[in-house]
Amino acid sequence: MADILEVNNLSISFGRIKILSGLSFSVKEGSSLAVIGPNGAGKTLLFKALIGAEAHSGEVKWKPGVKIGYIPQKLDLERDLPVTAFELLYSKAKTMGLGSKEVEEAIELVDLSLADSKQPVGNLSGGQFQRTLIAFALIGDPDVLLFDEPTAGVDAPGQNKIYELINRLKKEKNLTVLLISHDLTLVYEYADEVLCLNREKMCFGEPRKVLEPKALEELYGSPQKYYIHDEHRH
Amino acid sequence: MNIDINYLILSTIIAAAAGLIGCFALMKKMTLASDAFGHIALPGLGLAILFGINPLVGGAAALLIGAVLIWLVENKTKISSEAIIGVIFSASLAIGSLITPEEHLIEALFGGFQKIDSAEFAIAALISLGVIAFILKNKEKLVISLISQDLAATSNIDVKKLNLYFILFFGLTVILGLRYSGALLMGSLVIVPAAAAKYISRSLKTMLSAAAAISVVSTFSGLLVASKMDLSAGPGPIIVIIASLIFFAGLILKPKN
Repeated sequence: MADILEVNNLSISFGRIKILSGLSFSVKEGSSLAVIGPNGAGKTLLFKALIGAEAHSGEVKWKPGVKIGYIPQKLDLERDLPVTAFELLYSKAKTMGLGSKEVEEAIELVDLSLADSKQPVGNLSGGQFQRTLIAFALIGDPDVLLFDEPTAGVDAPGQNKIYELINRLKKEKNLTVLLISHDLTLVYEYADEVLCLNREKMCFGEPRKVLEPKALEELYGSPQKYYIHDEHRH
Repeated sequence: MNIDINYLILSTIIAAAAGLIGCFALMKKMTLASDAFGHIALPGLGLAILFGINPLVGGAAALLIGAVLIWLVENKTKISSEAIIGVIFSASLAIGSLITPEEHLIEALFGGFQKIDSAEFAIAALISLGVIAFILKNKEKLVISLISQDLAATSNIDVKKLNLYFILFFGLTVILGLRYSGALLMGSLVIVPAAAAKYISRSLKTMLSAAAAISVVSTFSGLLVASKMDLSAGPGPIIVIIASLIFFAGLILKPKN
């Protein structure tokens, strides 16, 4: 399958400090790529460069005409912000020249109830807010979804539901998914390829092939615990 | 003392504009900026009085320079806008109080009743309607960018341009308010109705309408009350006191949750 994203020699510096250097990789259309790495590895910064919100050198080449949906890691929202989830979603629809029909469709896709969507965003639970952000990303029919730690701030049963949702959307809409995750078990389960990042590319390839204990120890600087649900899945 | 009817109409439109733009200033955490803008206008007012020009023109010039300066520093450095605004506003206040002739200082700081001619009425009304139109047309983009600049980037929003427009329209609103509130109190008129509205609202739609309504009611009643009293400081303080009373009434009645 053709590449939907090609990254060549991407570097990002803050002043004299290089955060990312010489990063090159590509993502195939319809596949899912997990980005893993320790805190401060530059994962979020990489995503910001991919959506064009962070100045960088090198090349980020999306397939022409590709539409991107982005789900940020964590938003520091005021608890008493008088903006309902529906209003937030409708705002995106409006800027994209769409209407409330598309908003209702997106709400349905992520299993959020219409009644919950009429709540102020500060009143939503972590899981509900995460669904709202996914719905936000889905408005405008994106080809690619970028998730920055999709389950941060969501309780354990909620986390599985979010991953099931991502997987279902990916299949239904034939999406390409890029996600940052700390959960290696889920990376094994859901990602076609994995990019290990610690300011530079440490490994890249199928999780089963590249995620060896030694590679992980090198990446995180300490042995990692993980297990594989189903050894014979493929 | 009778109030000029044009003055009353104009004040009402300005109040609506201030209430609306105040909502986003408050949510963008620019409360300090609204006060600061009033103070930034002061050196302009002072210079204009010294040279015999319409003080509003001087105030407007100072504010526009201040707004662009804040926007530039914010874009070129990683300093927070609160810090930049704090520095520029203290410097402006210091320069302004040095160069403004003493007998005009109180009026520049607190506003006053003035008769306005029809040209000024037309220009001021047009600007306030422009502010209202800007907010109503861009409220969706403003909401997304205040919730997350990254979400804005993936929603086809030019955040830098939007911020510049916002700060310019914000400056314009403050200039308009200088006419009757003065440099010290205009900031309060932008923020107090918005703060009261935010507290009682659960949606953006409610907050915007409530803020505009509270602002208009406080201004209108403030002008009426002030016209019955002999106030050297003009109607500004009365308007802000009424708006603040509405805010505290909201706190006490607390319909939220």
